[in-house]
Amino acid sequence: MALESKIPSGPIQEKWTNHKFNLKLVSPANKRKFEIIVVGTGLAGASAAASLAELGYNVTVLTFHDSPRRAHSIAAQGGINAAKNYPNDGDSIYRLFYDTLKGGDYRAREANVYRLAEVSNNIIDQCVAQGVPFAREYGGLLDNRSFGGAQLSRTFYARGQTGQQLLLGAYSALSRQVGLGKIKLYTRREMLGLVVIDGMARGVVARNLITGELERYSGHAVVLATGGYSRVFYLSTNAMNCNATAIWRAHKKGAFFGNPCFTQIHPTCLPLHHDQQSKLTLMSESLRNDGRVWVPKQKGDKRPPNQIPESERDYYLERIYPAYGNLTPRDIASRAAKRMCDEGYGVGETGQAVYLDFSDAIQRLGRKVIEERYGNLFQMYEMITGDNPYEVPMKIYPAPHYTMGGLWVDYNLMSTIPGLYVIGEANFSDHGANRLGASALMQGLADGYFILPYTIGDYLASQKFIPVKTDHEEFVKEENAQRDLIKRLKSINGKRTVDDIHRELGRIMWNYVGMSRNAEGLQKAIQMIREIREEFWRNVKIPGNDMDLNQTLERAGRLADFLELGELMAIDALHRNESCGGHFREEYQTEDGEAKRDDENYAYVAAWEFKDVGDWVLHKEPLVFEYVKPSTRSYK
Amino acid sequence: MSSKKLNLTLKVWRQAGPDAKGEFKTYYAKNISTDASFLEMLDIVNEELEAKGEEPIVYEHDCREGICGTCGMVINGRPHGPLQGITTCQLHMRHFKDGDVIYIEPFRAKAFPVIKDLVVDRSAFDKIIQAGGFISVNTGSAPEANSIPVKRENAELAMDAAACIGCGACVAACPNASAMLFVSAKVSQFALLPQGLPEREIRVQKMVAKMDELGFGNCSNIGACEAECPKEIKITNIARLNREFYRARFLSNVED
Amino acid sequence: MGWFLRTFNYSIGKKLLMAITGLFLILFLCIHLFGNTFLYFGRDAFNNYVHILNETDLVYIIRVIEIILVIGFALHIWDGLRLWLQNRKARPNKYYIKAVDPQSTWTSRNMIYSALIIFVFLVIHLRNFWYEFKYGSIKETGATDYDIVVKTFQEPIYMIFYLISMVFLFLHLHHGFQSAFQTLGLNHKKYTPFIVWLGRTIAFILAAGFASFPIYFFFFYGGN
Repeated sequence: MALESKIPSGPIQEKWTNHKFNLKLVSPANKRKFEIIVVGTGLAGASAAASLAELGYNVTVLTFHDSPRRAHSIAAQGGINAAKNYPNDGDSIYRLFYDTLKGGDYRAREANVYRLAEVSNNIIDQCVAQGVPFAREYGGLLDNRSFGGAQLSRTFYARGQTGQQLLLGAYSALSRQVGLGKIKLYTRREMLGLVVIDGMARGVVARNLITGELERYSGHAVVLATGGYSRVFYLSTNAMNCNATAIWRAHKKGAFFGNPCFTQIHPTCLPLHHDQQSKLTLMSESLRNDGRVWVPKQKGDKRPPNQIPESERDYYLERIYPAYGNLTPRDIASRAAKRMCDEGYGVGETGQAVYLDFSDAIQRLGRKVIEERYGNLFQMYEMITGDNPYEVPMKIYPAPHYTMGGLWVDYNLMSTIPGLYVIGEANFSDHGANRLGASALMQGLADGYFILPYTIGDYLASQKFIPVKTDHEEFVKEENAQRDLIKRLKSINGKRTVDDIHRELGRIMWNYVGMSRNAEGLQKAIQMIREIREEFWRNVKIPGNDMDLNQTLERAGRLADFLELGELMAIDALHRNESCGGHFREEYQTEDGEAKRDDENYAYVAAWEFKDVGDWVLHKEPLVFEYVKPSTRSYK
Repeated sequence: MSSKKLNLTLKVWRQAGPDAKGEFKTYYAKNISTDASFLEMLDIVNEELEAKGEEPIVYEHDCREGICGTCGMVINGRPHGPLQGITTCQLHMRHFKDGDVIYIEPFRAKAFPVIKDLVVDRSAFDKIIQAGGFISVNTGSAPEANSIPVKRENAELAMDAAACIGCGACVAACPNASAMLFVSAKVSQFALLPQGLPEREIRVQKMVAKMDELGFGNCSNIGACEAECPKEIKITNIARLNREFYRARFLSNVED
Repeated sequence: MGWFLRTFNYSIGKKLLMAITGLFLILFLCIHLFGNTFLYFGRDAFNNYVHILNETDLVYIIRVIEIILVIGFALHIWDGLRLWLQNRKARPNKYYIKAVDPQSTWTSRNMIYSALIIFVFLVIHLRNFWYEFKYGSIKETGATDYDIVVKTFQEPIYMIFYLISMVFLFLHLHHGFQSAFQTLGLNHKKYTPFIVWLGRTIAFILAAGFASFPIYFFFFYGGN
């Protein structure tokens, strides 16, 4: 099967406009004859569901949360980018496009990224109209701040809770349509299976998490907006319930998986500080503006940081990257921290942390200024660690927090299964090999508010749909398959807990498919993942009843999918013999340890087709750069 | 700060289903690091239960950063535990002493029926929002973002109110199980912004009517909600809600 | 008119009724306390005051005010009971462990109990004074209203009950006054601290003022 990206022809500035004109329309009277299923209620899912319902479609929304407002988009802190150029500092759609494409290390489609930049301004308009309380200047107009990977201020923000406010905006739009009866909302439903009839996505089977019953939902199209898969690492900044099940089950039904190995590791997170830790917490990247990163010059130095004299400290970012110092980009800062710790310079009880020290800044600017800038972050740090960062340097360590990879989609956001759309972090599309700060919110809302509502109509208008009810044999088959899977999981009755096995998978993924990778390690990882997967199916223990609220069973199902996805990530990382963005292969680095991209051989999207567990076929979608010529990034 | 290990006795509310009779059961949390969070402590207890083949304690949680609003339980009589301004997931074990006995109950309110153990159904909050907690603006119809200036002070006050995470601690803490703080936060956010003004009368009336219908109690200005709110939302919002309500009832053409 | 009455079926409407009647009753207590101060000016002064209220042309206005007062009390009590019952129903299963947050006041959490004691007091108070003034058999012995007051306040049990009731009146108003303003939507960072202070001051003046009469007549009154 050939991959058709369906990128429109013409100059990049006109592609989306022309494409919109060429898309078929569904007349208002016909829209209400269509039923669209949206799975997930984060920024992408909620905004898509609301926009589709506003257009007149009947929308069914499923979420495993108790309320649509809980989706993990809510935890995004920093902000959302848009090319408004309010600060008059020379921004433009083209510049946002350029920065995003370059930030992604030239592994994203030009046309997609340009469109993202193009609709970014509409997003801000829409959110303001919804009552999102963005930060404002005294004159009453919107405020901007700067963010990593850009040389100007284009980030709109609502304190440190931008994701929350944008999600609540989309949630309120969705709630309005629920109130109007255009959206049927089903909470506490976890999608387990995709129903494909005559090659078209026509519904889903979901488990009612309260009663344990399997339910069937049919429609003319299915939209997955189910987020990323960082929880494959067990420890990540993702919420505890984030999972890959919906996209993975769709993948196994025929949707190709794009660039699974492109994961982002964020440098400023709180390190692991005890062995039963359940997750990691992100601290805003902005801290590196005034904090200095260092480790002791002596390996295994266990002295308290304040007793280590200046001459015995290694400010390694400033030493290795004098031009950018502590403000090197995320991937570079993350890898440097890992290298220091691996070589034995790490600090803290576990040795898996580096210091982020504010004492110089406090001396230079005074405690009050630091308090104004970072007060809430310092407070958060103290709450979690019990240390006071005004007196003791913070301990930080990188942590997985975003996955650029996801289900492959064409320009219309449709996967390789007709009628199955994938939006937000769940798809692979716009960030290439590395995502810039404040771009995730932009992409989720762009997909949901301004792209999918146009493109899905084209599909609906151009297909001949046979009427499908939920008693169709494919629904019966899918429901039975899911029931059998649950029974199988329940019947193992082994000795190990779900989390125990998940932690082991996480350690493998982190050690071999994490921040830096090599062929030998990846091969080892594939073997280890297969073994732990077998161990899972032989020895996991799930107490309780499956016809009941059973959180262990929920986690087990998700882990079963991670155990397969993990292998594909390793396979993808192994096949990509280059370093780019978040994917760093130790064999492919410059003499001074920087990522070495191979544009000649790897300027493509790796889209993996599922044949069987452990058996995938690679398809390549070549990336063509007509407007921005790939160049090497240097930060020295 | 160096970590120590704690041994604790937990008295946890176990209830098999909405209609089942619940009771406290005793569990022992052994060797818990003071660095662990409260929910991690429960994870450890649960993993031991799972290993023994017993049903783990069912409780809700998700982001574990204090923003999603999923977690929430009553710890020793206080929603989200003994500290102010944090959610349950942000509570850490260093605030407990070795040998402590900790009572854990679900949020209790007629409008928040128990589903199982510590999990309650808070969909009543969604229903209130569906009744009017929005600005009716279709995608694509928004004017240029900077075309309407907003007084900075109002934007900040709106943000203070919008910080609500919908966890339900206000209802759990209120002796009357009233949802006024939650409703007032949303009404205030929109009443403070020019974008929210066209619908201000109809919005407040619908949301208050829905709140009443769902079986929440009445506000008697006690302020327990404000004290237990993890986002420290102020009851000045409730005063604003009252004003908005009177305005809708007495000064507008809106009918009920 | 329907819309007007329906307003008071909303929870906020019910609270509005509580606030308005409550403030009205506080106003009444202020006037009542002012009138009672005639007790300190001797038998004639007080009897004359009662006479003016009841036996001059003022009586028509007084009757109307009395009716409004009865309605005010009745609405306040009825509405309070209605709210209390609804609030109880809103939490059918109580918490097993009761802990109190560090901010809210005891008085705010226990309005129903202070109300109950004040209500009992009100009934006995009306029986002892209002009823005695109007229909009491003691009048036949030639005792004046002033004598009735003095005699009643000199009974130790009544005096103690009266003082206890005033403590609860203070507690009730301690929360009630500021609460009424909050219900009316009047909460402002510049003025609210003053309202809280004013409410507590008024509560203290009213409670202490009323309590001063039984104390005076029990401990310090030497006759005539």
